[in-house]
Amino acid sequence: MDWLTEFPELGRRDMRDFRKGIDQGFKDFTRTYGEDIESFFEPLLQFLIWLEKLLLATPWPLFIAIVCVLAWFASRSLKIVIGSAISLFLIGFLGMWEDTMSTVSIIVVCTMLCIGLGLPIGILMSRSDRAQAIVTPILDVMQTIPSFVYLIPVVMLLGIGKVPGLISVVIYAIPPMIRLTNLGIRLVDKEVLEAADAFGASPWQKLVQVQIPLALPNIFAGVNQTIMMSLAMVVIASMIGVTGLGQPVLKAISNQYLAMGLLNGLAIVALAIIFDRISQSYGKRLQSYRGGQGE
Amino acid sequence: MSNSETKIEIKHLYKIFGDDPDTMLQKVRDGVTKDELNDQYNHVLGLSDINLKMPAKGIQVVMGLSGSGKSTLIRHINRLIEPTTGEVWIDGENVLEMNDKTLREFRRNRASMVFQKFALLPHRTVMENTIYGLEIQGMGEKEAEKQAAYWIDRVGLAGYEENYPGQLSGGMQQRVGLARALATDADILLMDEAFSALDPLIRTDMQNILLDLQQELHKTIVFITHDLEEALRIGDQIAILRDGEVIQQGTPQQIVLRPKDDYIADFTKDINRGRVIQLKTIMKAPNDTAGPELSGEMLVEDAAQLVTESPSSQARVTNDAGDVIGVVGINDLIRAMARPDIESRLEEL
Repeated sequence: MDWLTEFPELGRRDMRDFRKGIDQGFKDFTRTYGEDIESFFEPLLQFLIWLEKLLLATPWPLFIAIVCVLAWFASRSLKIVIGSAISLFLIGFLGMWEDTMSTVSIIVVCTMLCIGLGLPIGILMSRSDRAQAIVTPILDVMQTIPSFVYLIPVVMLLGIGKVPGLISVVIYAIPPMIRLTNLGIRLVDKEVLEAADAFGASPWQKLVQVQIPLALPNIFAGVNQTIMMSLAMVVIASMIGVTGLGQPVLKAISNQYLAMGLLNGLAIVALAIIFDRISQSYGKRLQSYRGGQGE
Repeated sequence: MSNSETKIEIKHLYKIFGDDPDTMLQKVRDGVTKDELNDQYNHVLGLSDINLKMPAKGIQVVMGLSGSGKSTLIRHINRLIEPTTGEVWIDGENVLEMNDKTLREFRRNRASMVFQKFALLPHRTVMENTIYGLEIQGMGEKEAEKQAAYWIDRVGLAGYEENYPGQLSGGMQQRVGLARALATDADILLMDEAFSALDPLIRTDMQNILLDLQQELHKTIVFITHDLEEALRIGDQIAILRDGEVIQQGTPQQIVLRPKDDYIADFTKDINRGRVIQLKTIMKAPNDTAGPELSGEMLVEDAAQLVTESPSSQARVTNDAGDVIGVVGINDLIRAMARPDIESRLEEL
């Protein structure tokens, strides 16, 4: 009755060969294509570095002013504007300005990538049930797999640095963008779509004039989630060389610097709240037409 | 209306909902009923052998209760629903054979639609909703807005251009729906229970707006309703639909005076006949008695007051040319308004 208590495992040697096979295969792949892939991402790296330099070169009062103006136009709320200004000032006052600028630049690039990739994928998913059936499980994997696991192949392929960090942040942060775009478009009122058809709208006209505008609140919730998740990922990505607020946190963990960890952690929280309030209130303002008197 | 030209002709139109409509079509043609099809084969018979000629420049009403297939029928005219088989001829073209591009052009320029639940674009203002059809046609913004402003004014919404649909009442939203449909300048107007969601008072209001506009626009209107009163009021022609089949078609008078079966008779018995029957239908041979001269197309109810005031209690009925073609007395009017069986005397109708 051994077979009941002993699990029929793959033999130890087979297992080792199996793992070696995979590792070797990926190493070969890396050796063959690594450089091509790296040069493919070169423009992205240049852009990221350029943006980071730009942000660092921007005088701090100007940066705070820009954020305040953005906050005002997005939310029309004085509370959010003043809150953003104070938190940014405190971050700078406590010596975290440069790290914050690095983090902001990577978040900005990451969000742009997530929108640029996620929006079309989400639209594709919403238009085809088959695409949805294929993409959904991939997104499930991306959201549940521990992020350290996909750091490994990314590092093997591209080494340590900004680009692999960026890629892992995008992998982590893009699923809500895709999901909510898909959901938003699928939730558009069927009767409004029928009206668009009845007036002879082409599929493209329907998408641009009806589906995307009506899905915008959901799409914006997706953007908001994406920003939040990339901020959360910044600390982990700092393990593979992403500069910014994550690195001091990492240093603080290994050296048990409580204050340092706390301050940098709180700076991330402050950034998150600023981004969140701005993008959320903009999303809400997008659907202000839904309110009003009567039915 | 009987001899006017036909704008829309529907021939042998069938629609069966389900997995295998083509097989079921044969069964329906062999005499399987709607209920049998539903119970035994799990298919729904939406429309069964519809044949209709809709008059140009007239209002064709399609009336039926829910589930009768009336909304399915109107969606075949601009092919929002694909038929199982059949033909829909408009201006010598079969809509059901158009390719995607031709169909889009047809929907853009020749047939516009008004919906029961308005189906306005909630993120656009009244003005932006009204120019929607023109935008799709590819018209420039300036011109489109000028055209739209005219129609917004015509439906009585001037001053609300910058409001969002969510800020308007149901009646006002449907005015936007009407303006949007009229703005495209299509000569066919499809109205799917357009006024059913509105309060009775507002509904009458909207009917008046539609009838007023129709007086000058002369569009071919297909109007779906479940309300016989509404059908009789605005229809030049009425087709009554039940279980996906046309069971009677004719003018309002024909429907009221000669219901084809008990089902329709049941509908019509509570109708105010005075508002449907015209003088020429009930007049008697002319005599020499004096009295006011009334048009043969005047409704009994409208004539009643005038005849009562006439000393002879009688009116002379004239045709379009103004010649006297008959007379009606107060008793004839009362008899026409009452419910009893008057059909026997109306053979010439």
